[in-house]
Amino acid sequence: MAKRSLWYEFTKGIIKENPVLCLVLGTCPTLAVTTSASNAIGMGIAATAVLVCSNAVISALRKVIPDKVRIPAYITIIAGFVTVVQMLVKAFSPAINDALGIYLPLIVVNCIILGRAEMYASKNPVLPSILDGIGMGVGFTAALLCMGIIRELLGSGSVFGVQLLPFKILIFILPPGGFFVFGILIMIANALNGKKGKKAAASPCEGCPMANSCADKHCEEGVKNAD
Amino acid sequence: MDQKLYVSSSPHFRSNTTTRRIMLDVIIALLPTTIASCVIFGFRALILVGVCVAGCVLMEYFARKIMKRDTTIGDLSAVVTGLLLALNLPVDINPLIALFGCLVAIVVVKQMFGGIGMNFVNPALAARIVLLVSFPSAMMRWVPAFWYQGADAVTAATPLAAEKGTFSYIDLLLGLHGGSMGEVCAAAILLGGVYLVIRKVISPIIPCVYLGTAALMSLVVGADPLYQLLSGGLLLGAIFMATDYTTSPVTNWGKVIYAVGCGVLTILLRSFSNMPEGVSFSILLMNILTPLIELLTRPRTLGFVKKGAKK
Repeated sequence: MAKRSLWYEFTKGIIKENPVLCLVLGTCPTLAVTTSASNAIGMGIAATAVLVCSNAVISALRKVIPDKVRIPAYITIIAGFVTVVQMLVKAFSPAINDALGIYLPLIVVNCIILGRAEMYASKNPVLPSILDGIGMGVGFTAALLCMGIIRELLGSGSVFGVQLLPFKILIFILPPGGFFVFGILIMIANALNGKKGKKAAASPCEGCPMANSCADKHCEEGVKNAD
Repeated sequence: MDQKLYVSSSPHFRSNTTTRRIMLDVIIALLPTTIASCVIFGFRALILVGVCVAGCVLMEYFARKIMKRDTTIGDLSAVVTGLLLALNLPVDINPLIALFGCLVAIVVVKQMFGGIGMNFVNPALAARIVLLVSFPSAMMRWVPAFWYQGADAVTAATPLAAEKGTFSYIDLLLGLHGGSMGEVCAAAILLGGVYLVIRKVISPIIPCVYLGTAALMSLVVGADPLYQLLSGGLLLGAIFMATDYTTSPVTNWGKVIYAVGCGVLTILLRSFSNMPEGVSFSILLMNILTPLIELLTRPRTLGFVKKGAKK
C-alpha cells in the first residue's frame, strides 16, 4: 500500500468511503435514531468519541494484542469507552440518553467501530488511526444528520424542534420512511462519487433452455460464465 | 433501454392484444364505478378523479423524461393507476394529498423500479397505504352518501365500522353509505368485473377464489359472509387490484394460492386487527409473496422424467 497523506486519511471517511452511505455499515443505529435531527447529532457525536478513542488505544496496543484473541480484546476496549460515554451522556444530557435508549450501549457492537479497528487501527500507527477515526466519525455524523434533518422536516414539519412546515407526512418518521430516505441518500452519495451501480454478474439468460443455441451475445457470455 | 426481443424457437403465437387495449378495457370497466361515485358523492368526486389521473400521467411523463427513457404515457397504464388511486380515497381529501399519492404510485413504486411491468407491488395500493400511514385522520374521514345535498358535510361510519343493522344489503349493493369513492357501489364494481372477464382481460380465478375464501373465513370467525363481501374495499380489491398482471402469479395454481392468501388475510385483519379494513394490506403482502409463489408452482419442463409418484 502506498503511503498516503494524513489529510487523505482524514477526508476519505467523509464522502469517498463514507461509513454509512458507501460502506453501508452501522445501518441499525442509522435507521433507528434518525427520527429527529438532534437525536442524529447525539448519536453521531457519541459514536465518534468512542471511535477516536478506541482507534487510538487499539493502534497503540496493536503489537501487544495476540492475533488469535484480537476481536475480544477490541470489544473490551470499545466497551470500556462506550461505558464512559454513556455515563457522560447520562450526566450531562439525560434527554438525549432517553431518546437514544438501547442504541447508546449498542455502540459496542457498532460495525463501523469494530470495522475500523480491524481494517485500519490494527495495522497503522496512532496518529493516522486517530485521524481515520475522526474522519469516519464526521462522515457518520454527517450522514446521520442529513437523514435526521430530512426525516424530521418531512415527518414532523420541524428541524431541531423549530416548526418550519405546515404539514406532516408521518411515514417519514416511521421505519419505511427511514429506509426510503436511506436509499435516496445512498443514491446521491454514489452519484457524487461518480460510481455507476455495477451490473449484476448473473447473465439474463441464466436458466434459459435456449442459452446454448441462442445467438444473442448475452447468452454466449452466460454459458461461458456457467462453464 | 435495450428493446431487442429475445426470440425462442417456433411455433410462435401472435395476437392483437396490446398493453394499450388492455388498459383501455380496464378503464371502461372502471367507468360504472366512477360514474356511481360521482352520483353518490357529487362533483367533488369528479374533480378528485381528474386530479389523480392528470397527476399520474404528468408524473409518469416527467419521470421518464428525467430518467432519459422513452415516453410511455401512451399505454394508458398511468391513467388506470390514477383512476384506481382516486377510487381508493375518501371524497373530501385535500387534492394536494392526492397528488402526493400520485408521486408515490408513479415515481417511487413504478418508475424507480423500471416502469410498467417492473413494479413490485400494485402502485395504486402502495400509494393508498402510504397515505393511510402518513395522513391517518384525512384518510379516514368518511362522508355519507349524498352529503352534498345537505347544508354541512358530516362524517359517517363505514359499513365495516358501523353498528350491526345500520345498512341493509340493498344499501351496500347500491352504495348508499360512506366509504372510499370507488368501494361503495358494489353493483357497479361487479358490472366492471363481468366486463373484464368477458373481454378476457382478467381470469376469473383470482376474484372468485379471493371472494370465496373471504366468505368461508367470515363463517369461520362468525361474521356475516354476504355483509363482509359487499362492504369495504373487498370487491374493488378482488376484481381490480389483486388481478394486476405484474404482481400476481402467472400459473393457475399460483393464482389460487395467491387469492386464498388474500382472502384469509383480509378477514383476519378485519376481525382481529385494530383497523376496520384489511384488503389493501393483504393484497400488498401477497404481491410481495408473488415471486415465491411462482417459484413453488413452476410447471415441470416437458420431456423430463417425473420424480416420485404423481401428485
